[in-house]
Amino acid sequence: MGNALLQYATVFVLTAFVGVEIIAKVPSILHTPLMSGSNAIHGVILVGSMLILGSANTNVEEVLGFLAVILATLNVVGGFVVTDRMLEMFKAKAPAARPTKSDTSDEVAR
Amino acid sequence: MSRETLIDLIYLVSATTFLVALKGLGSPKRARWGNLTAAAGMLLAIVATFFKYVDGHALYHVPLILLAMFIGLIVAVPVARFVKMTAMPQLVAIFNGVGGGAAALVSITEFVHIKSTRPATYVVLEVLLGVLIGTVSFAGSAIAFAKLQELMTGRPVTYPGQQFLNAVVGLAALVLIVIILVNSSTLLLWILLILAFVLGIAFVLPIGGADVPVLISLLNSFTGLAVAASGFTLGSNLLIVAGTLVGASGILLTRLMSAAMGRSLPNILFSAFGSVVTASGDASRADGRSVRSGSPEDAAILLGYASRVVIIPGYGLAVAQAQHVVRELADELEAKGTEVFFAIHPVAGRMPGHMNVLLAEANVPYEQLVEMDEANSELQTADVALVVGANDTVNPAAKDDPSSPIYGMPIINADLAENVLFLKRSMRPGFAGIENELLYNPKTTLIFGDAKDTLTKILASVKTA
Repeated sequence: MGNALLQYATVFVLTAFVGVEIIAKVPSILHTPLMSGSNAIHGVILVGSMLILGSANTNVEEVLGFLAVILATLNVVGGFVVTDRMLEMFKAKAPAARPTKSDTSDEVAR
Repeated sequence: MSRETLIDLIYLVSATTFLVALKGLGSPKRARWGNLTAAAGMLLAIVATFFKYVDGHALYHVPLILLAMFIGLIVAVPVARFVKMTAMPQLVAIFNGVGGGAAALVSITEFVHIKSTRPATYVVLEVLLGVLIGTVSFAGSAIAFAKLQELMTGRPVTYPGQQFLNAVVGLAALVLIVIILVNSSTLLLWILLILAFVLGIAFVLPIGGADVPVLISLLNSFTGLAVAASGFTLGSNLLIVAGTLVGASGILLTRLMSAAMGRSLPNILFSAFGSVVTASGDASRADGRSVRSGSPEDAAILLGYASRVVIIPGYGLAVAQAQHVVRELADELEAKGTEVFFAIHPVAGRMPGHMNVLLAEANVPYEQLVEMDEANSELQTADVALVVGANDTVNPAAKDDPSSPIYGMPIINADLAENVLFLKRSMRPGFAGIENELLYNPKTTLIFGDAKDTLTKILASVKTA
């Protein structure tokens, strides 16, 4: 069991560094989608909730597990849908429809 | 390959998609794709879990699991799909809170489940941390939601001896953890749960509305750590990786957000910012200084003659749902040959990037959105700075007045522009509750009224001019 703990601790420490490194380069305009996206990712607790309810032996465990699965599903589904809705708006626009800056500068003298 | 190895391999794939997703969120082009990748990885992990064996048997209660998932699904989808974009911060808060609640429940249930096998002390510690952090995140997010949704006051809630009481509750939780580590009492675990609940509420109450987004980011990080703790208890690498990723990135994001406000994290969490400030705001108003106000038509004339206009949007724009009108106005001005930028303060709106999301929703092209530093160099040559629903983010007190609570916060220097048009609902101070000197600047023309109404009128006048 001590070895297992050490293995989990290794994963924990290394992942913590990776998490910081990956985020350090995100531009500030994407901070809100990032927060929302990572919010969806911790919804992985749904997997844990399923295991808990799936191994429940007593009524107490069943009730708690059932609640956990509901809450975790809210987290996963809500998280991904909200993030997608935000990011939908960042899709590239067709630039042809707008005058370029050099075009407009001629008219400024008007 | 055995069934368990295959499932672990699938979990590895899922964990990788989460990494790829966070990486993808770093660029506007790949962000959406990244999010969908993570969603696919999540689905894969969930499906694989149905085939997993626990304690040497296939999952019990599969119909119950499916029922619970179905309930979650039919609640979450419509809420996430149809809530207004302005309510996004609350939504993130509540979805974060339920995640924290789930992590706490998983930890408690696992404790009940394994208690008869006399678990090792470190396993009990993992459970206790999961319960404590998850519950604090749940309760804190609920209060954050209530503040943002204006179910309760957005002002800091303070009472005498607050810090002392919070410290006592925190200390009591720690003592309780030590006792439970020794005697593994389930009853005491429930008491810890209640204590953590109180702690989460007490921790968030003194934090003012303007700081709540930073807080949500911190709580998001907490939930990640609670999930990681549950992962330790359940022996799941997937939960540890995903939870730790969120925990680590959340803390970094929180620091970036508080840096954007020119303040330290402890200052945001413990100073009850904004509670004493209103008094000084009232005092300075007593000078009876005059402001200059104008009509939307005056604004239209000013804009009509400008060759460079910088629009500075704030939360007021979002509240008034004026993002589409402001985009139309920008288009109209551009068609007339005026150069138009949107200057985005890092904390404009209620979360970093919130304003970009709202403007993107209104089809404002990405190139017109300029970040603060660039905007400040552009403003020197701008003819008009149009402030729509922003206040604290253009308050010169942040530069000039060391006694001001926002002193040191980076701002957009609207006062550098030739003229300032300030669209404002009333003379009331902004979210931070402090007077704005810019209103009294001789360059400034105030146009009172609802941002959407005013902009619509300005747009009409610009069109006919």
